[in-house]
Amino acid sequence: MASKKRPVPEINAGSMADIAFLLLIFFLVTTTMDVDKGLLVKLPPWTEETSDEQDIKEKNIFVVLVNSQDQLLIEEEYATLEDVRRLAKEFIDNNGDGSCQDCRGLRDPNSSDNPKKAVISIQNDRGTSYKIFVSVRNELLGAYSELRNDIAQRKFGRAYDKLSEEDRLTINEVYPQFISEAEPVKIGG
Amino acid sequence: MPFKKKKKIETPPVSTASLPDIVFMLLFFFMVTTTMREVTLLVKLKKPQATEIQKLVRKDLTTYIYIGSPMSAALGNEPRIQLADQLASVGDVQQWVILQREEVNEAERPKFTVSIKSDIDAKMGLISDIKQELRKAQALKLSYSANPASSPEEMFKVYR
Repeated sequence: MASKKRPVPEINAGSMADIAFLLLIFFLVTTTMDVDKGLLVKLPPWTEETSDEQDIKEKNIFVVLVNSQDQLLIEEEYATLEDVRRLAKEFIDNNGDGSCQDCRGLRDPNSSDNPKKAVISIQNDRGTSYKIFVSVRNELLGAYSELRNDIAQRKFGRAYDKLSEEDRLTINEVYPQFISEAEPVKIGG
Repeated sequence: MPFKKKKKIETPPVSTASLPDIVFMLLFFFMVTTTMREVTLLVKLKKPQATEIQKLVRKDLTTYIYIGSPMSAALGNEPRIQLADQLASVGDVQQWVILQREEVNEAERPKFTVSIKSDIDAKMGLISDIKQELRKAQALKLSYSANPASSPEEMFKVYR
């Protein structure tokens, strides 16, 4: 008992484009394409005691002071932002005791023993502005990444970020990154 | 001289049948790439510039803390903290970060990152207080959000 086939009227798809356009414009307006980028750092775990630096020799600590006027004092001498990267590189790469084969430092006996012992400490005032802090932090990270890049070029002939995970670890062993952000104190000014 | 009547050449109408397809293609592109703006900013935010920045790939593992002076003049000029959709004080940060981390899948909690989006004119005193709170909350991965600068020289220009 076949029912009589009736012709189905065709649906007009002319307005389909309009509907799609409407949706498209909605998504165009609401979309945000920004990817968040930033300086990745790791904080030390919380301890009740505030003794941050214990058995580290004076010469193995690279102290960067930033006061509330955004002036820099590096290793007890005035400095500008442009100096930070160079001074930090010299300090990390110094290799005073000669135990780092890949370093090319000056081997100054009054600077760091080797990159594994070198610690960088940033100390800032409560009134230090955020922008100078980020710039200093950036320069210190930049010092490490330049050193890592140099050694990557020498050892593997490629930039650090083009290396495999394993090769990166070997380089990180040569130049481990120790940057400490001390709690703010009153540094005058 | 007899003019020949020019034969009218009729241009065939452009077919718009494939227009919906094109629009749909664009639509799907935007639907996939879109992320809805989660928060309305209540603070003025001008991010610093930096060169050594890394992308924060996993948005679901990141939580944001905004710092800047409030948009509404009634609240003064002093930089304030914004958590999600409201202004908060330093004391709220620890609890809030812990709650945010609870929402992350347990296996991925070690990758949980806090991103500080702070105005360049904020003072480090406030940011250090937040850092202390984050340490108390055991949220130790931190990102200082910044815009990319092409070179250190470009970054230093701000100070001259």
